[in-house]
Amino acid sequence: MSNVPSDLQYTKNHEWVRRLPNGQVEIGITDHAQSALGDLVFVEIPEVGRRLLAGEACAVVESVKAASDVYSPVNGKVLAGNPDLASRPELLNQDPYAAGWLIRIELDSPIAASTLMNAAEYAQQLAAEAT
Amino acid sequence: MGLKTPLYDTHIHEGAKIVDFGGWDMPLHYGSQIEEHHAVRRDAGMFDVSHMAVIDLTGERVRDLLRYLLANDVGKLQSPGKALYSCMLLADGGVIDDLIAFYLTPAWFRLIVNAGTRDKDLAWIRVHATSFGVAVSERTDLAMIAIQGPHAVAKTLPLLPQEQCAAALALRPFVGRAFDSWFIARTGYTGEDGFEIILPAADAPQVWKKMRAQQVLPVGLGARDTLRLEAGMNLYGNDMDETCHPMESGLAWTVAFDPPDREFIGRSALQALNAKEGKELVGLMLEGRGVLRSHQRVITAPDAEEGAFGTGTVTSGSFSPTLNRSIGLARVPRGSGPQVQIDIRGQLHGAIVVKPPFVPKGNRL
Repeated sequence: MSNVPSDLQYTKNHEWVRRLPNGQVEIGITDHAQSALGDLVFVEIPEVGRRLLAGEACAVVESVKAASDVYSPVNGKVLAGNPDLASRPELLNQDPYAAGWLIRIELDSPIAASTLMNAAEYAQQLAAEAT
Repeated sequence: MGLKTPLYDTHIHEGAKIVDFGGWDMPLHYGSQIEEHHAVRRDAGMFDVSHMAVIDLTGERVRDLLRYLLANDVGKLQSPGKALYSCMLLADGGVIDDLIAFYLTPAWFRLIVNAGTRDKDLAWIRVHATSFGVAVSERTDLAMIAIQGPHAVAKTLPLLPQEQCAAALALRPFVGRAFDSWFIARTGYTGEDGFEIILPAADAPQVWKKMRAQQVLPVGLGARDTLRLEAGMNLYGNDMDETCHPMESGLAWTVAFDPPDREFIGRSALQALNAKEGKELVGLMLEGRGVLRSHQRVITAPDAEEGAFGTGTVTSGSFSPTLNRSIGLARVPRGSGPQVQIDIRGQLHGAIVVKPPFVPKGNRL
């Protein structure tokens, strides 16, 4: 059973969103996503300063078998990409919710209430997908 | 729901991630594809390859049939058990499949063909077998397990009765022989030493269990692909198919034009080709970070006379766990290189043209 921390929010595409105390957000891919992708070997992260629209492909994670897009869950500006992933993409497999974070974003607008799921709702989606 | 090998339940029990492969429910990996890859390069791993088809051909004129049907010449096989890698071609030179042919007795050859091409292969073989009076039998009663890696042979020997070990150990590369109801060959698809065991389906789960007890790691199709790519081996459907011929698929070495009087299907089409023109299959190593994938576009240096950039296509690409960088095979205009550019999601990345294998046999990096 995959790990779904209760303090995060989720998208239907298996990204997670962490709201930081200063109003910024951090995003990554869920435990379910990393497990489905398999061993990750390359991560492509957007440039600092790039403006992202919610739903836009903003990063690429490549496992041994395939490349997958990561979609921005929010509207905002890229503040930082995780610098450790260039040399250690396996952090996405080993620690998807902490050391394997992808991008830190400054919000352009408040997150629309309907776009993200809470942990219980995401867990429900995973259960539905498994059947 | 797809076809299942005799080891399907074993794979489920091992926690395999199952995927469809040519209509078969097969293990992609059992947890970590990279760990499985390293196990084969450093120690020993085993693969369920029961989805591949074993086809027995019997009849007085079986050798004549195969000398006509295959681009390589089974006339080279003079001692029983010897195997030959060959393409089976259409008249226009397109590749129907690549396969291994074992010479067992003067009236019995065994072919191992790909899973996804089994039906069309059988249909093609049957059409020609009739006129040679050769019987075609698909051995769905058999399973096949490949055990590969530097310690594969040593770890497999305990499966055999004491008195058979010496004979198994003495098998040279590309030679097989029968051991009671099993057929063991020193072949594989990883660039490592090892055996492929063809055995009654009912024996397979027990053999798998015994090999597990010898610390032989189960390996899925994911690592099978990265291992074969590192070894510079083609994958049918990726690197060649019915739309391309062996000369543009890195397989010229498997086409036997000698003796000149051997008529085989595809011969005249291949002989009509100009060896200096057309495309060739080359190895690529990506210089920077990123991953080569099949269907990516290759841009080669401008042609000296035409001034136009040549283009090619990546046919197989992946991340090489042994080299820790991306490698691939690509079909490009003949003479391209030493440097080319690859279009990865709209950005150009430099790659160097190399001659496979990427990881030579026995190379412990």
